[in-house]
Amino acid sequence: MTSTLSPAKRRSRPEPARPGPRAAQPGGGLRRAGVQLLLWLYAALAFGPLVLVLIGSFRSNADILRQPVGLPTSLGLENYQRAWETASLGTYFVNSLFVTVASVTLCVTVSAMAAYALSRWRFRGRAVLAALFISGLMIPAKLGLLPVFYMYQSLGLIDSRLGLVLLYAASGIPFSVFVIMGFMRGLPTELEEAARLDGANEGRMFVSIVVPLMRPALAVVTVFQFAPTWNDFFYPLVLMRSDEKYTVPVGLTRFFGEFAADRATLFAGLVIALVPLAIVFALATKHIITGLTAGMSR
Amino acid sequence: MTSGPRRPARASRYRAGRTGLGWIAGFTLPALTLYGLLIVVPLVTAFYYGFFHWEGTQRAGFAGLGNYQEVLTRYPLGDEIPVALWHNVLFFVGTMAIQNTVGLGLAVLLYRNPRFKRFFQTVFSLPYLISPLIVGYLWSLLLSPSFGPVNYVLQSVGLDSWARPWLGDPGTALPVLILVNAWQWIGGPMLIFLAALGGIPRELEEAAALDGASSARAFWSVRFPLLRPAVGVITVLTFIGCFNIFDLVYALGGSDGGPGGAMDVLGLLYYRTAFEGGTNAIGESSALAMMIFVLIFGVAIVLERFLRRREVTS
Repeated sequence: MTSTLSPAKRRSRPEPARPGPRAAQPGGGLRRAGVQLLLWLYAALAFGPLVLVLIGSFRSNADILRQPVGLPTSLGLENYQRAWETASLGTYFVNSLFVTVASVTLCVTVSAMAAYALSRWRFRGRAVLAALFISGLMIPAKLGLLPVFYMYQSLGLIDSRLGLVLLYAASGIPFSVFVIMGFMRGLPTELEEAARLDGANEGRMFVSIVVPLMRPALAVVTVFQFAPTWNDFFYPLVLMRSDEKYTVPVGLTRFFGEFAADRATLFAGLVIALVPLAIVFALATKHIITGLTAGMSR
Repeated sequence: MTSGPRRPARASRYRAGRTGLGWIAGFTLPALTLYGLLIVVPLVTAFYYGFFHWEGTQRAGFAGLGNYQEVLTRYPLGDEIPVALWHNVLFFVGTMAIQNTVGLGLAVLLYRNPRFKRFFQTVFSLPYLISPLIVGYLWSLLLSPSFGPVNYVLQSVGLDSWARPWLGDPGTALPVLILVNAWQWIGGPMLIFLAALGGIPRELEEAAALDGASSARAFWSVRFPLLRPAVGVITVLTFIGCFNIFDLVYALGGSDGGPGGAMDVLGLLYYRTAFEGGTNAIGESSALAMMIFVLIFGVAIVLERFLRRREVTS
């Protein structure tokens, strides 16, 4: 398993500015236009459905039923209001936000600490421990849900947002430890050596030297924990009972059942569910591209 | 993994053993506790549960492999398992076929024509972040028989005969599922291929060109073989993803897997056995979970070993 998210390797990545071998050839103009056309066509295919949903959320339901594809009729937010209040997506949204932020924070914190210890200190069982964490990348953890369910039942964690937070934090550990360890491997130790000579203890060194250095890896891990946690459906489907504690995905299943005939509201609901990810995506595109490649080459 | 060849970054090794046990425990135990208690222990427990017969939540008696036998033979479960497994296999093969052609194609186009590369990369991988559940609902709205834009467009361009209840027809449900899944994940393989293409020294292709190879020839005989490791990585990840699928199918076809179970997969089957099952739900679903676990984890490990060996020799 090799990570590409080490600073040293990252630099050796192809620079976007470097033209491909064919680009400079004469007579490539027509061909280049053809290539651009293909790329734009696929971009339309990738992005079009999302645009359709966005447009649909600004049309009235009667309009959508009469003519499924069309321009927005009004820029009013009635559909959003209906989805947010009447369909209580607002409640689900707040729940999801709490569960996601809390679990990502917890996961990144414990993973950073463990990854630091595993990549910088020699101790017995270190390799085994690292292998245990990283093997989690291939484990279908969801198959253990039934025992988790009974454990939670005896601990009173069924229908509890705290229970979800702990479970999400745990399931994010393998990927986070893996990415941060890969990053640490490429990070020179001079600064740590210097701090040690200055008499900093391990805890202090971690907080004031290592964490700031780790920031690129932490950003990738945060983004990549945020999306699956925000998106997860299986755990709350099984573990949550009361409507007012649902997260967005489980809420959506209820919402889609109740509002099946009201397309306009459904479209608005989908947009609401997509907004946080759109924000994350806009803020962190660079980290996402890096992380996708790192996650993919594990 | 970690115990690979020594790396220069390990200069602090001289401090070996000098880190106090307290620090080590303090740094590793939080992660280990969470991961151990909520991921590892439940899987081991499921393995253990599978050997007992259950009546509701009461453990009734040691069953040995009885639950495994029951799962594989009891009606309707015994018939559903091979069908669901077959759907998972088709799903995997279909997804691989699309990703490795379209994904590679897009990567090659972007590599050769880097204009707006960042923009296209971003747009192509955008669906990657969306919840499979939302993707499912989104497409179920777009594909809905009478009010969906897809049928509407087909009808308005005169292809009325093509319009159909895409998800309600057992013949098209699974292919549609595969296409929707590929639509969502295509950005991943594309980025891997792009990184792999960039990692191949250009001298190789230039040398081939000097030898008189056409550009297509140079691609297939020089560049393509060097992309094999990328194909390997994509294979492993796609395998794990395709055999874990749940949310997308649930959104497109409900927990029964669409019309006549045309989209039923192992994940849905496990869910139904565990949480909508009969009195011996715990025993049966634990046995089923272990079979799925061995399948996914086992094949993933074998694939990875196999691919890594090939990488070394090639």
